[in-house]
Amino acid sequence: MELTDKELAQQILHLAGTDVKRCIQCGRCSAACPAGDKMDYVPSRMVWELVNGNGASLVKADAPWRCLSCFACEQRCPRGVSPAAVMEAVRLTVIRKQGANKLPAESLENYPADMPQQALVAAFRKYNK
Amino acid sequence: MIYNYYPGCTLSTKAKKLDVAARRAAAVLGFPLVELPEWQCCGAVYPMAPDAIAERLSAVRALAAAKANGGVLVTLCSACHHVLKRVNHDMAANEEICRKVNNYLQLEEPYHGETKVLHYLEVLRDHVGWEKLAQQVKNPLKGCSIGAYYGCLLLRPGQVMTMDDPECPNILEDFIKALGAAPVKYSMRNECCAGYLAVTDKGMCQRMVGEIKSNAAGMGAQKLITACPLCAYNLVANDTANGLPVQYFTELLAEALGVGEGGAE
Repeated sequence: MELTDKELAQQILHLAGTDVKRCIQCGRCSAACPAGDKMDYVPSRMVWELVNGNGASLVKADAPWRCLSCFACEQRCPRGVSPAAVMEAVRLTVIRKQGANKLPAESLENYPADMPQQALVAAFRKYNK
Repeated sequence: MIYNYYPGCTLSTKAKKLDVAARRAAAVLGFPLVELPEWQCCGAVYPMAPDAIAERLSAVRALAAAKANGGVLVTLCSACHHVLKRVNHDMAANEEICRKVNNYLQLEEPYHGETKVLHYLEVLRDHVGWEKLAQQVKNPLKGCSIGAYYGCLLLRPGQVMTMDDPECPNILEDFIKALGAAPVKYSMRNECCAGYLAVTDKGMCQRMVGEIKSNAAGMGAQKLITACPLCAYNLVANDTANGLPVQYFTELLAEALGVGEGGAE
């Protein structure tokens, strides 16, 4: 069953576990984000979309796949909001669907032999379910 | 005190240097590391979603094992440290997560975040002390200008990691000073190296590493030290121009204490 925009947003909100209504759109998170200039929706925009219940636009966004999970946004938020958790919630909403994994297991062969396990475990956790 | 030790997946394989040097130095400094007899990979990334219970189990198993053996758990890898400390915080502060994890694990005694998770650097600072460390140095690293690279996971989010000021940290600089070298502060020392994007977006890693290294070199650093195997990898493998050498902080420590590679032990 397809979820409505609002239901999808509600699901994302539950997975994010952060109080996005506290956001004042000051933009410090987006200024802190090292990947912000490569994102279609900067962190503060992601939070804004969630506040407004735009679930469909969130799951279509490319930004969560550019996010480094470095927590600079969360650290610098003056209102205690975690845009990083919103990014994570959107990623999970996408990849928890059957067949929506982003990294094929076969791609492992293509990675350099000296790449640390930490990188592979982390990436497979972030992009696959 | 028993210093239970959680090496993690990468320190047993690609980042052995970080692990071996740490064990040697710890033995010399009087806090021998006791590896947990059974541990599992922490998952490398903190599971942020409150319903991600399975992803927290391996961390809790390690935390509970440490609780049963004195209650202290030492970590080295920035990612392991981040995951273990944050999951530990969840077990102490988030009733729902704590209940679900305990329901699943059925430990002999329920776990509620009792273990004290310490990064190796915290042991050096709070248990050994910088002055005592400085007294034990056999090969002072005089004339060496070293940039501390913190990266993202070691200190953030500050209110949970509670290790140092996440925006203006000193712990690695104090460490460098204790070894007789000169710390070089540069503005990008707590920026992310792009981490796991090494797998999906090499260009992003190259950009971040380029900016970090040119900033550090511009401020006069002759080498960088880090506690994170993924930072160490990115800083070398995704360096396209700068060439600034990178070492684990424990390698530097072992060298200064005279127990480095080719050293006494």
